[in-house]
Amino acid sequence: MTLIEHPLRRPAGSRRPRGSRRRGGGVPVALLLPALLGLAFLTLPLIGLLARTPWSTLPQRLTEPGVLAALRLSLLTATLATLLCLLLGVPLAWLLARLEFPGRRLVRALVTVPLVLPPVVGGVALLLVFGRRGLIGGWLDQTLGITLPFTTTGVVFAEAFVAMPFLVIAVEGALRGADRRYEEAAATLGAGRWTTFTHVTVPLVGPGLAAGAVLCWARALGEFGATITFAGNYPGRTQTMPLAVYLALETDVEAAIVLSLILLVVSVVILAGLRDRWISTP
Amino acid sequence: MTGHLLDARLAVERGDFQLDVPLRVAAGEVVALLGPNGAGKTTALRALAGLQPLTAGHITVAGSDLDRPDRRRFVPAEHRSVGVVFQDYLLFPHLNALDNVAFGPRRHGANRRAARRSAGDWLARVGLVEHARRRPGQLSGGQAQRVALARALAVRPAVLLLDEPLAALDARTRLDTRAELHRHLAAHPGATVLVTHDPLDALVLADRLVIVEEGRVVQEGDAATVTARPRTDYVAQLVGLNLHRGRAENNHIRIADELLLTVPEHLDGDAFVAFRPSAVALHDDQPAGSPPNTWPATVTGVQRHGDNLRVQLDGPVRVAADVPPTTAATLRLIPGQRVWAAVGVTETHAYPAG
Repeated sequence: MTLIEHPLRRPAGSRRPRGSRRRGGGVPVALLLPALLGLAFLTLPLIGLLARTPWSTLPQRLTEPGVLAALRLSLLTATLATLLCLLLGVPLAWLLARLEFPGRRLVRALVTVPLVLPPVVGGVALLLVFGRRGLIGGWLDQTLGITLPFTTTGVVFAEAFVAMPFLVIAVEGALRGADRRYEEAAATLGAGRWTTFTHVTVPLVGPGLAAGAVLCWARALGEFGATITFAGNYPGRTQTMPLAVYLALETDVEAAIVLSLILLVVSVVILAGLRDRWISTP
Repeated sequence: MTGHLLDARLAVERGDFQLDVPLRVAAGEVVALLGPNGAGKTTALRALAGLQPLTAGHITVAGSDLDRPDRRRFVPAEHRSVGVVFQDYLLFPHLNALDNVAFGPRRHGANRRAARRSAGDWLARVGLVEHARRRPGQLSGGQAQRVALARALAVRPAVLLLDEPLAALDARTRLDTRAELHRHLAAHPGATVLVTHDPLDALVLADRLVIVEEGRVVQEGDAATVTARPRTDYVAQLVGLNLHRGRAENNHIRIADELLLTVPEHLDGDAFVAFRPSAVALHDDQPAGSPPNTWPATVTGVQRHGDNLRVQLDGPVRVAADVPPTTAATLRLIPGQRVWAAVGVTETHAYPAG
């Protein structure tokens, strides 16, 4: 409930007029009914998850080594993937927002492809490029001895591949919305382009950047298809939470519920923690 | 060389807009670029700052070229000794007042502590020490303006540029801020170029006015000359004078086929004649004895103007007349009303147009 309702209610929530029935009176049933159904559809599964949670055995289940390992790996890879996305995605967003170059529309379209691509296909594509016999993977393996598929690094790659578009789109939007005259002001004060970027542009788009990073992180945390295809499912090495949930579902439903609950809690905590500070301000 | 710290010919061609403004400013001098909106003032300022490259001409500060298209020389904004106070100040919203002012010194190589110390000094000069920790959003308009000034001066620029520095302030704040700004500009050892469309700002703050219309300089001079001898309708309007151009012969100027004005000066050839709206008297009938400088006119509009009424007149020439409300009542000044206008010879002022 809280997860769904809060972001919507926030702006007016604190000062909702008492006679809200008067306003609701005008809502056509044809809209109200599907709206309520939609709300139920989104919240019921979460309630079901809570209802089926084995609360009595929860403490010992949480401390099972497999669970903790998967959680730790998930948090670690999602965070590393987000960092990788920031490192590459912010400059890419800057390029798209600030530079006029031929084929910019094409580049933007390419950037958003992973957004609509089925993650499994992304995983296959990653294998073809970074696999041991892939275009780059073979060279990496032979000359540098670096192997990506079926490693933790591979998990990070898979997650970053799927999550980066979220960051790029959010940051590009923020950059386009930012007043470029601040950058001119910085230039008149002696700041070069790089200093202007780090000291003026980035702080100015801070809220958008943070929102993009959170979206990116959340997407990476939940990544399943590309990860299992490209990095496999090795406990402790590449088995992240979503993979563990899926695997547990076949053998031990309660374990799957517990793992799901953890993911749910982590998501809600992140959303609640960042909502006021960043996400709502841009 | 020339004794001018800033020597420029600002030529920018953009679409069908052409700016071509020669500008020379001595050290310690404050020059106002005054003109209507769209005259190209801000483009001139941006060119000086290095935010808009020239298409021709040059910008030379202290003998070295900052922008010279014919020699392919362009020094980017960050390497020019130029400080800018932008119209809406553009204080960095993520930095407090102190760090906004320290931004420039820091970029010019000062370490963090030295930059902050210098910023503190500048904030003290503009009287804002106690607001050093405030973010721009927490400052009033006048305070933000002073922080912007301190920020621009903190890099000790050879050329200080101000774009409509008082335009964003309300009338009351404007008065105080204008006086204070005058003090700081007078103290600035470098050249100062001020862009404004407000004649009062220009008259109070500047040593010399450069009037720009449609990308060209139409008049230049100190406040006294410009206000006494306007050369375009825009300037005449700014300083509140009726201005007409005609041909002078001895102490007469013919400014329209039917109108010959007598003036105190003796001139020959193309000339301007200027007189204050309050010097124009209105009568029901032709004044007895047909004195000089009277003509029939038609009222086209009446507005309040201070304690008086400003009456717009059409006729052989268009003029504005300021009359007290009592006169307006007895004359029944409504649009379409026919009246006689009269201007005393000694109230007019003629000067060559050449």
